[in-house]
Amino acid sequence: MDRLTKVAELVLILALTCLVIPPSFAHLEGDVPPPHCKLTTLDGQNAQDWSALKGEVIYVDFWASWCPPCIQSFPFMTQLTQDFKEKGLHVIGVNLDENQQDAKNFLVQHPVNFSVLMDETKQCAQDFGVIAMPSTYIIDKNGLVRHIHRGFRAGETEELRQLIEQLLAENVTLGKIN
Amino acid sequence: MKLLTFILFLLISFLLAGCVNVAPWERGILAKPHMAVDPQPLQSGIRQHNYGSRESAASTNSAGGGGGCGCF
Repeated sequence: MDRLTKVAELVLILALTCLVIPPSFAHLEGDVPPPHCKLTTLDGQNAQDWSALKGEVIYVDFWASWCPPCIQSFPFMTQLTQDFKEKGLHVIGVNLDENQQDAKNFLVQHPVNFSVLMDETKQCAQDFGVIAMPSTYIIDKNGLVRHIHRGFRAGETEELRQLIEQLLAENVTLGKIN
Repeated sequence: MKLLTFILFLLISFLLAGCVNVAPWERGILAKPHMAVDPQPLQSGIRQHNYGSRESAASTNSAGGGGGCGCF
């Protein structure tokens, strides 16, 4: 019986260890290239990789149709596309809905003027280290993640706009593009 | 007694195994309004107000007045 108790104690310690140690995520911080992602378009076609958009500033936003702050950020992203598309900004909304039909229904009701891609396996979100919804990653013309923004509050839009304008004004440094 | 301890340990282990980190993109169902602790906050508020104003004296649950005046 003592052996049994020892086994039970061991199991308990293991369970506690699993509880205390959170799963490790590859975490993007600062000027690093974004991970390669296998994303699809709404009609199931494979989307191009970030490297295909070299020389452009890419605004990658991870969202889901059930997430109210994500939806609140849509008018801002629409405005960004209107104002900066000509200057080289590419806004991409990466959808993380578990049921893709939810996203499709949402987009029928609320059409957008920026690209929306699907992360079916959620591998892209894992590789980016998404820990909040929405999460925004701004990739500069050299293909480096220059800014990570989590959540969306109306007061923070001006700061983001300024950063995007600053990144759009920068020149491409050849050789840095991956 | 030892058997009881063993069963207790095992039970706690199984319960703890149920605690997992839910990824942000897996919270769609949890985000639904009916999954909230109080799924109908407006109804609860009105009920609490009725209770506070009609049934009880001034307390943290009442709208302030208390005393059963029935004021809305």
